[in-house]
Amino acid sequence: MTHLDWEYAPAPESAAIGRIKERYSMFVGGKFVDGRGDDLKTINPATEEPLAVVSTASTADVDTAVSVARKAYDDVWSRMPGAERGKYLYRIARGIAERARELAVVETLDNGKPIKESRDGDIPTASAHFFYHAGWADKLEHAGYGPDPKPLGVAGQVIPWNFPLLMAAWKIAPALAAGNTVVIKPAETTPLSILVLAEIIADADLPPGVVNILPGAGDVGSALVNHPGVDKVAFTGSTAVGRAIQASLAGTRKKLTLELGGKAANIVFDDAPIDQAVEGIVNGIFFNQGHVCCAGSRLLVQESVADEVLAKLRARVATLRLGDPMDKNTDIGAINSREQLDRITALADAGDEEGAERWTSPCPVPDRGFFFPPTVFSGVSQSMRISREEIFGPVLSVLTFRTPDEAIAKANNTPYGLSAGIWTEKGSRILGMASALRAGVVWSNTFNRFDPTAAFGGYKESGFGREGGRAGLGAYLQEEN
Amino acid sequence: MTTTQGSVASGRDTVASGRDAPGTARPATAPAATTLPPDLADATRDEQSLRRFLAGLPGVDPVGLEQRSAGLATRSIKKASKLAAIDLAISMVDLTTLEGSDTPGKVRSLAAKARRPDPDVPGTPSVAAVCVYPDMVASAAEVLRGSSIGIASVATAFPSGRSALPIKLADTRLAIESGATEVDMVIDRGAFLAGNYGKVFDEIVAVKQACGATRLKVILETGELGTYDDVRRASWLGLLAGGDFIKTSTGKISPAATLPVTHVMLQAVRDWYDRTGERRAVKPAGGIRNTKDALRYLVAVREVAGDEWLDPFLFRFGASSLLNDLLMQRRAQTQGHYSGPTYVTVD
Repeated sequence: MTHLDWEYAPAPESAAIGRIKERYSMFVGGKFVDGRGDDLKTINPATEEPLAVVSTASTADVDTAVSVARKAYDDVWSRMPGAERGKYLYRIARGIAERARELAVVETLDNGKPIKESRDGDIPTASAHFFYHAGWADKLEHAGYGPDPKPLGVAGQVIPWNFPLLMAAWKIAPALAAGNTVVIKPAETTPLSILVLAEIIADADLPPGVVNILPGAGDVGSALVNHPGVDKVAFTGSTAVGRAIQASLAGTRKKLTLELGGKAANIVFDDAPIDQAVEGIVNGIFFNQGHVCCAGSRLLVQESVADEVLAKLRARVATLRLGDPMDKNTDIGAINSREQLDRITALADAGDEEGAERWTSPCPVPDRGFFFPPTVFSGVSQSMRISREEIFGPVLSVLTFRTPDEAIAKANNTPYGLSAGIWTEKGSRILGMASALRAGVVWSNTFNRFDPTAAFGGYKESGFGREGGRAGLGAYLQEEN
Repeated sequence: MTTTQGSVASGRDTVASGRDAPGTARPATAPAATTLPPDLADATRDEQSLRRFLAGLPGVDPVGLEQRSAGLATRSIKKASKLAAIDLAISMVDLTTLEGSDTPGKVRSLAAKARRPDPDVPGTPSVAAVCVYPDMVASAAEVLRGSSIGIASVATAFPSGRSALPIKLADTRLAIESGATEVDMVIDRGAFLAGNYGKVFDEIVAVKQACGATRLKVILETGELGTYDDVRRASWLGLLAGGDFIKTSTGKISPAATLPVTHVMLQAVRDWYDRTGERRAVKPAGGIRNTKDALRYLVAVREVAGDEWLDPFLFRFGASSLLNDLLMQRRAQTQGHYSGPTYVTVD
């Protein structure tokens, strides 16, 4: 008797739970109204099949949305006692929790991420952000921004496609808790979950105009951030767009926070808990198909354990299951768009051309939909594009180092500075490395952990400002003189 | 240290072939004179080397380990995959009774159950082995004669291990002479926790020598070791000393087997394979009572050690009540309805 070949059972979540409608509209002044922009079709990246038609905003709609947000700010929201605002936020938090399963399905269908990540990660954390900020709403005078901190006014917010609902929560919850009103634009490819959030907001009886949602492309985002009626701009997305926003806002009175790209170093020392470090490397780069701005996309491993770590890493990555994001057994889902898939493919090809050694997981790849198998480049040097540019996909570059100083020098030798990881059993080394690394978040012996109470943000080309925690509130409050 | 390495750790073939039935020891012919890689051979040269080697093993981060274990527990196992997994799990059970009140009659009926776990449902696989105290081996052997089911016996002053080596060896010989085909020994946890690794190593080596071709399971009693780091060190100690299996628990101490602990031990045998080309076996024991738990262990076997370990030769469950739950779930899968505990036998 030889060993049994044994497979798991397919366990697809039902798409019906998502209750995807044929058509979605923008949400302005507490109502769902069709915008004056062109309709856009959003597709399921795992099948390339259309999901829904979404009405988009025009620049005129941006004007309308900003003016209703201003009115809601002046008349209602900024005057409302914090405890009252908190109640609305709690209601939204509960609404997200109550419709968690539906939201998880919507997110997975629209974005391509595995259902287990949307179900266990995105949606509960989005709800947690509203709960956390609801708690702050009546305690702003204790946040360390003066005895009576004031909101800024109307916040214009633009969010990316990698964590559509979670990024909406990161932006909307602190803005509302601090007393601001919001006009927010979701990414073109992932507008659906925030429009379900709009239903939750409507059901929570939030005063009209406090939150306005404008689906659309970059022109809508540009009109929004440049609108003279906007007091605060918060953007999460690519460094190129962030740079353009910063240039156009320079000299205006608008407050700005940017959460941009990253090329994080995940540093593994020879005394690390190797098996857990391998898990952390996998989680660091293959979580959410690598569509994570703080992804640990550069593995820096100490030369003395490099072969061992690389061998274990390949064995582990080969067990990752790529495929239907709706299957609960799937570890890696679909790339969000063909455009992004092409970009990943081109950058990975650059790795070949520059002489890095490519290893690809032998996992089967579905023949339709946008998929990129987990890929590990070894023999990478600092000068290669794959170790300098953000790939934003499941592609890991492995570099080696010999001393802690070399690790620091290599880790910091990047235009970015959003996150970093340190793997060692030595406590003093964790502290020493963490203070030497120019990164907004430094995880030790773990990676990609998020919590509403922890501030998140970058250095250098990864942007400025913080989201989450006490520091995140400061981005939505006036500095007292 | 009484022995140098190279001799005791040899004798296992490394190719998963030529096996006749679950639970049986592979033919002890032609020990393939495995020579350990120099670093491993060096590790057991003297007490100092052993200490340095074990201390040099990578640490285990408990948060990461437990997170990964919990993540693996969410794999979907239904319908055909569930039936296959249940059959696999049944074929991996070491059906166990280790009570002071055990009688020859009880052991005989347990052995009968091992042969035909579910007499009403033909096609139900038999278990891998029965596991009893040394003085009960003869009773089990009587019933199991002519079958391929193994007879495992806990020897070496089970469960505490607190006796002198000659007594432990006598215990082992008694089990083997009575017909045991597998020996489950306990390590001296007191010596291990005192850092007296050489003593633990020597005892395992001595028992292995007394076992000859009989497969040896080394019980680490992980519930008494305290940390995952120590579980990993004890696992390596057991492997270095020549244990064919590393086993979590006696079943007399709580916590007994847990998923994270088994995870660490599966990593150890996987690492051992990577360094030596030899596949050693793992046996969680104690506290695995239902099908759902057993399937979670199989997922860990598959994703931590690898598909090759989905084999009763390389993975066992030490359990008494697990079998009935597997049988009930098997019936639910094959008959389409759940009938309940009165439809399976109690012994």
